[in-house]
Amino acid sequence: MDDIETQNLELQLLLQAVYLKYGYDFRNYAKASIKRRILHRLTAEKLPNISAMQHLLLYDEGFFGRLLLDLSINVTEMFRDPNFYLAIRQHVIPQLRELPYLKIWHAGCSTGEEVYSMAIVLKEEGLYDRTQIYATDMNEVVLRQAREGIFAISHLKQYTANYQKAGGQESFSNYYSAHYDHVVMDKSLKKRILFSDHNLATDGVFGEMNLIMCRNVLIYFDRDLQNRVFNLFRESLCDNGFLCLGSKESVRLSTHSGVFADVVKEEKIYQKRLHDLSC
Amino acid sequence: MHVCPLRQSMNKKNGVKKFKAVVVGASAGGIKALGTVLSAFSADFPVPILVVQHLHPNSDSYLIHMLASQCALTVKQADEKEAIEAGTVYVAPPNYHLLVEEDFTLSLTVDPRVNFSRPSVDVLFETAVYAYREALIGVVLTGANGDGSQGVKLIRKLGGYIVVQDPATAEAEAMPRAAIAAVRVDRILALEQIGPHLVQLINRGCQITDI
Repeated sequence: MDDIETQNLELQLLLQAVYLKYGYDFRNYAKASIKRRILHRLTAEKLPNISAMQHLLLYDEGFFGRLLLDLSINVTEMFRDPNFYLAIRQHVIPQLRELPYLKIWHAGCSTGEEVYSMAIVLKEEGLYDRTQIYATDMNEVVLRQAREGIFAISHLKQYTANYQKAGGQESFSNYYSAHYDHVVMDKSLKKRILFSDHNLATDGVFGEMNLIMCRNVLIYFDRDLQNRVFNLFRESLCDNGFLCLGSKESVRLSTHSGVFADVVKEEKIYQKRLHDLSC
Repeated sequence: MHVCPLRQSMNKKNGVKKFKAVVVGASAGGIKALGTVLSAFSADFPVPILVVQHLHPNSDSYLIHMLASQCALTVKQADEKEAIEAGTVYVAPPNYHLLVEEDFTLSLTVDPRVNFSRPSVDVLFETAVYAYREALIGVVLTGANGDGSQGVKLIRKLGGYIVVQDPATAEAEAMPRAAIAAVRVDRILALEQIGPHLVQLINRGCQITDI
């Protein structure tokens, strides 16, 4: 066994320790990204090897907090992929409009940028007041940020351009107030959003949804964990419920492909077929 | 025969090392440069080529079409979990990092930018060399930032082979210069010579000299 193989073994043991001690399960995550993040933390903490990190992890909960942030932060932006939001307005909203009450689950919402984007779309389409949005993430730290709805002002130019390309109908500045180097999202956008803790790797169904958004989360999972999550989504969606994935994700290579029909193929918007007898 | 130093090799035969993959990083001026390099390969090129070209996050598939028209190989945007196949050029999608898993499949992530870039050359190079070890060739082309210089360091450390475009022939010289400054590279070549050199390296392997 050479040094790289030994390091991979240490990594495997570290993820096992994280699971056994703290209950967070990264064992079925794609390895290359996890390894990069762990090696970064190793350098930042000036530790000699992953085994030394293992020791720290087991005896220092503060260290685990830092590691959890390293392992769970996925970068997002407002109206990421503007064409996706345009497709939501054109192809999904007309069907949602028929419903008396809407439940939306944003799984793996990270710091909340896309949750607020969806809230804005729903508001402009006149659906917000009859919608309940559940925004979940496994990490309490990012959830707190999401709940606060405070974002760096340096991104606003990009977000405004995205908003306009996504079919925005107002002036984007109507949705936030600016303070020095940051903006605070308007309170009215938060009214129907419930931010809560949920781990896709270990937790189960918590409601029947009309639409599930889970964008750029599944790319971090291996096929087994992807299938677990697709099953969870299938069980959480009502008939004709929508599933929205990231632009490089697909339900087509999963064991649940047959359950979902394409709505807008290139934007990875799917709809659960009626009469899904198997669940 | 080219000579390259090597500490360990699992795939050497008769003192000749066989390469199993090529990774290429390019930024400003890269689209044209990539076309020139890839045009040297015939359809039976026996290894995969993985490419990071810095692009605007919202760019379309122009780069793929452009490269496909200049290259005999299959050129495609990389998909997550895709098994890497020989004779195929995999290009990182805009706004995603491209990573190589050690089971020779591809991963995509939206991890933070590295060197202000997503995709980042360093991310591709560093993960690819963990998978291919000394059987990897890293190529740094034209570009206006220092992305790739950490990646070539790890390629050097693990015994791979490094080719850098001669800054004098690069539209933007910062990226090749950063690579050359970071580590001892195996070849610094004019743009037109890079493709033919890679063909020769892949077909004949490289002579192993023990150190």
